[in-house]
Amino acid sequence: MSRFDWLSEFLARLDHDRPIPRQADADVLAPARRLDLAAEDWGAAGRIAAAMGLRHAGVWADPLGDRPSESPQESGSEIEGSAIRVQACLERDGDYLILQTLVLQTRPVLDSHTPLFPGVDRLERHARDLTGVRFHGHPDERRWTRHQAWSTDDFPLRTDFPIEGRSTRRTPADVDYPFARIQGSGVYEIPVGPVHAGIIEPGHFRFQAAGEDVLSLEERLGYVHRGIEKLAVGRDPQGLMRLAARVSGDSTVAYAWAAAQAMERAAGCAPPPRAMSLRALLAERERIANHLGDIGAICNDVGFAFAHVQCARLREQWQRRSAALFGHRLMMDTLLPGGVAHDLSETDFRELRLDHAALQKAIAPLFDIIDDHPSLDDRLIGTGILAQADARALGCTGYVGKASGLAFDVRRDSPYAPYDQVRVEVPEETAGDVAARVRVRMKEVRASLWMLDRLLDALPEGEIAAPFPSPQQGAMGLGLIEGWRGEILCVVRFAAEGRIARYFPRDPSWFTWPALERLIHGNIVPDFPVCNKSVNGSYAGVDL
Amino acid sequence: MADILSPSAWLLALVQALLFPALAPLLAGWVRKVRARLQNRRGASVFQPYRELRKLLLKEARVAHTASPLFRAAPYVVFVATWLAAATVPLLTIDLPTAVVADIIVLAGLLALARVFLALAGMDVGTAFGGMGASREMMISALAEPAMLMAVFTLAMTAHSTNLGSVIAHHLGDAFVLRPSYLFAFAGLTLVALAETGRIPVDNPTTHLELTMVHEAMVLEYSGRHLALMEWAAQIKLLLYGVLVANIFFPWGVASDPAPASLAMGLAAVVLKLAVLGGALAAAETVLAKMRLFRVPAFLNLALLLALLGLLSHVILEVGA
Repeated sequence: MSRFDWLSEFLARLDHDRPIPRQADADVLAPARRLDLAAEDWGAAGRIAAAMGLRHAGVWADPLGDRPSESPQESGSEIEGSAIRVQACLERDGDYLILQTLVLQTRPVLDSHTPLFPGVDRLERHARDLTGVRFHGHPDERRWTRHQAWSTDDFPLRTDFPIEGRSTRRTPADVDYPFARIQGSGVYEIPVGPVHAGIIEPGHFRFQAAGEDVLSLEERLGYVHRGIEKLAVGRDPQGLMRLAARVSGDSTVAYAWAAAQAMERAAGCAPPPRAMSLRALLAERERIANHLGDIGAICNDVGFAFAHVQCARLREQWQRRSAALFGHRLMMDTLLPGGVAHDLSETDFRELRLDHAALQKAIAPLFDIIDDHPSLDDRLIGTGILAQADARALGCTGYVGKASGLAFDVRRDSPYAPYDQVRVEVPEETAGDVAARVRVRMKEVRASLWMLDRLLDALPEGEIAAPFPSPQQGAMGLGLIEGWRGEILCVVRFAAEGRIARYFPRDPSWFTWPALERLIHGNIVPDFPVCNKSVNGSYAGVDL
Repeated sequence: MADILSPSAWLLALVQALLFPALAPLLAGWVRKVRARLQNRRGASVFQPYRELRKLLLKEARVAHTASPLFRAAPYVVFVATWLAAATVPLLTIDLPTAVVADIIVLAGLLALARVFLALAGMDVGTAFGGMGASREMMISALAEPAMLMAVFTLAMTAHSTNLGSVIAHHLGDAFVLRPSYLFAFAGLTLVALAETGRIPVDNPTTHLELTMVHEAMVLEYSGRHLALMEWAAQIKLLLYGVLVANIFFPWGVASDPAPASLAMGLAAVVLKLAVLGGALAAAETVLAKMRLFRVPAFLNLALLLALLGLLSHVILEVGA
C-alpha cells in the first residue's frame, strides 16, 4: 500500500470545491504532510475529510503575536498584524495530514469542524477559550476550559497575556455553568464531583436519571487547568521536557517522548538507537503498570477486591523496580531531548528479564480468573457498550477504540523507532463493552511483556544521548506517540534562541471522554463507576 | 421459661444485651481480617473496628446546614432500635425474660424502625446520594423482610411459637434430625442476612464509589459520634444476623439454664460458630463480585422462594410425622 494514497483525492476534491493551487509539503511537520489553506477553505476541508472517512485527530490554535514573519513560510502571505495560526490533524491508514490556516486576531473566525467531527467539540471550545478563535457553526457556545480564573475577553495564550497571569486572587467558584437539563416526571439530577470520595482526579459529572436509568450524562472538566500551554512559553528544551512529563502523571514517559520527538524533529536531531530502544522500554513499562492498575480497579469497582489486590501487588513490585532502575516509580524525567537519562547495566538486564518472567507467570492464572469468572462476567459483559460507529465518529484510539473494533496503533500504523524493528501486536475486540476493554488491556500487557524481552534482546550498543542542537526560530515539530491510553499528539514551535514559542499536547482522552457520555446510555447509575474506570480518561491531560 | 420477675434473669439479659455492642466490632474485624488473608494481604488487626469507633467518637460531629432535628436524632434511634432488636436474640442462653416479652415479629419490627430512620436520615440533608441510597435500601428491604419472616415462620411452625427462645429450645430438645424445611429456611435466611447487612454481593461495605452505595450512601453525610453510632449499629446488625443463623440452625451449646458453667460453654460455642460463619462470609465475599443492582430482586426472590419451599416441605413432609 503506497503511503498517502488518499491525499491526492483529498486535494482533488478541495480543488473541485475552489480551484486554487495547493501543495502539501512533506518536510516541515514530518512524518505528516502539511497543507496550507485559506481560512475560507477550512470548512470545506472538514467536509471533504468527513466524506472520505478520515479521522480528525484534533485542532489547536497558535497565536503568532505581532511578528507573523517569524516563520519564513508565511513571509509572503497577505496577513498583517497579529495573526493566529490554526492547525488541525487528520489521519487515515497511519498517514497524517496537518491542515493549517491563518486568521487575524482582530477577526478570528473559522468554520467549525464539530458538526461533522463531534470529537473535536471540546478542542475547538478549548482553543476559543484560550486564544479567542471563534468557530462558526459550533453547536455549543458554552465555555469549556475557562472556569472563572480569567474573564470572557481575556485569552491567556495570546502573546499580550503575561505568563504569570493577570491576577493572583483566588479563583471564584465555577457556579453558573448551564448544564443541559431534562425535564419530566420522575426525572432527577445527580451532581457528582468535582471532589470525589476516592483519591482520583477532580471532574464533575451531571446525570439526568429516571429511577436508576441514566438518561444522559454531561461531563464538566477543567478543574486541574494549570496553564500548561502558557507555562511552556519561553522554556528551553530541557525545561519543556520537565513540563511535558507533568501533563498527565500516569503517562509521563509517553508525554516526555512525544515532546522529545517533536523537538528532535524540529531541530533535526537523531537520538542514538540505544536511546530509542530504552525509551520504548520505558514506555512499555509504563503501559504495563497502568494497565495492571486499571484491570484491578475495574474489578474493584464491581466489588471483586481479590483481583484488585493482586493487580495492585504486581503493579507495586513493577514500580519499585522502575524506581530502583530509573530513579522514579513512574519513571518521570527519565527522557532528555536527544536521548535518555539512564543506561542499563548487564545486572539490570538480568533483573529485568527475571521480572518479566515472574510477571508473565503471575498474570497467567490471574488473567484467567478475570477473563472467566461468572460473577465478574455478569457485571462486565454487556455493560457500557460503545458502538463502533460512535468510536469512529469521535476518533477514539487506544484501548477504547481497540475494544470497539478500531485497531489503530501508532506503533504499528505509523511506526517510529524502535517500533519499526519490532512486531507490534494490536489486539482488537468488537463487543465494545467493559469486558472488551478489560480484555484489550490484558492482551496489551501480554504483548508489551513479550516486546520488552525482544527490546532487551536487540538493544543496540552505544551512546544513550546525542547533543541537542539549537533549533531555528520558527522551527516546528510534531510528536506522535502511542501512550498507554492511545495516540498522544504534540506540536512544538520554537522561538529565537531555542526557546519554546508554542507547545500543545493532545491527550487521547479528548475523544474518550465524549465516548463515556455515549456509552453510558442505557446503563444504570450504579454501573457508571465501572464504565468510567474502563475508559479511564485523563483529567489532567485534557484540562492542561 | 425464665421467670419474668426474677432480678437475676434480668441481670443476665442485661449482660447479654451488653455483649452485643461489645462483640459486634470484633466480628466485623474478624471478617475483614479473613478477607484480607484470603486476598494475600496481612490486613489490620481484628481490633481495628474498636479503634475506628473510638476515633469517630472523639471527633467533632459536623452537621449539614440543611439538616433537620431528625438528622441528629436518627443515629440514636437507629442504634437503640438495633440494639434492642439484638437484645431479644438468645446469644448465650435461651433462658431470657427479654425473649418472653419480644418475639421474632418484634425483632423484625425493631429492625424496620431502625431502617425507616436510616432512610429518612439519608434523605434529610437533600443530597442526591442520600436519597438514592434510601430508595435502594427500601427496595432491598421490602423484598428481604417477607423472605426473612417466611424463613422464621417455618421454624416457628415446628416449634409452635414465634418466640426465639422456644424455637431454639425445641430444636435443642429434638434429637438431631435433618429436616428439609430447616435446610430451606437456612438457605433463605442466609441470603436475607447478606442483603440486610449490606454485604457482597448485594452491597459493598468497603466501597468509596458514591453512585454504587446503598447503606454507605445513607450515612455519607454523617461524621463524628453520629457516624460512630451508625457504623456501630451496622456492626450489631451483622452480629445479630450471625447469631440468629448460628443459634437457630446450629443451636448446640446454647445454655438452657443460667449456671455459670453452661453460660461459659454458651459463650465459647457462639464465638466458635460466629468465627466459622464470619470466615464463610469472608470467603463468599472474596470469590463473588457485587451484583448489578437490578439483580438483587431476583436474589431476594430466590430467598423468598427457598423460605416458601421450607414452609411447604414442613407442611407436606413434617406435619404429623
